[in-house]
Amino acid sequence: MSDNTSVTKTHQAPSVPQQALAPAVDIAETDSGITLLADMPGVSKDRLTIQVEGDNLTIEGRAQIDVPDSIELLHSEVRTPYFRRSFVLSRDLDSSKIEATLRNGVLNMHIPKSEQARPRRVEVKVA
Amino acid sequence: MISSFQAAGSLIPEMNWLQQQLEDLLLPGVAPGIRGLPRGAFPAMNVGSTPDSVEVIAFLPGIDPKAVEITVERDLLTISGERASDSSQGRDGAHSYAQERFAGKFRRVISLPQDADATKVDATFRDGILQVSVAKSESSKPRRISVE
Repeated sequence: MSDNTSVTKTHQAPSVPQQALAPAVDIAETDSGITLLADMPGVSKDRLTIQVEGDNLTIEGRAQIDVPDSIELLHSEVRTPYFRRSFVLSRDLDSSKIEATLRNGVLNMHIPKSEQARPRRVEVKVA
Repeated sequence: MISSFQAAGSLIPEMNWLQQQLEDLLLPGVAPGIRGLPRGAFPAMNVGSTPDSVEVIAFLPGIDPKAVEITVERDLLTISGERASDSSQGRDGAHSYAQERFAGKFRRVISLPQDADATKVDATFRDGILQVSVAKSESSKPRRISVE
């Protein structure tokens, strides 16, 4: 890596190098907020970082695969154990209340909408 | 590229293609991987060889290990199962913005190297990674023959 690139990327966590896979995601919106599912096989809880910086949400992780050191790859479709993907969050979301669970290599995040952004029903009063 | 814009129905794949091209251009650091694979190639697999075994790694996030079927027939290793689509996607009032994750039945078959011993197969599953270890047959291991 040249010096130039390291200067522009200083805000990134040093644990995950630049070469990283973008995990496949499903994103859905409901009245209460956004649900994000990301495929991160091999990533355990202690190897996962979820970072919110301003409007930016970044998920990063490293997969652990227990193979002997003497392994010689014959065929590989996943060439790096690192995952990283960033998203821009809408201002209507409350990033301080993100809930995340990780199960069987799938990250499930729920980002609630802030109170004023939720749909409300307005009662009509009969005079 | 413009000439291939024919009917409105073909716009979506064109847009996906364009998005992919833009991502390649703007994010050169993102390695082609799980997402770059065609839809049929689920799970992604790595195959490696050690002096004692053939290691097959299948990336199966979000799958119950009990629901994965692994069979060995002669020198063919088959991994099959089904990944249910997430229930929240179909819920009332939910709008889907991205649906990149694989859903449905999958099946992948690989042929094992000749020196693999199909009777000695171990499989472990952790954090969405299935690791199948097939021992190499004794006769294929290097040995020294002493002269008497």
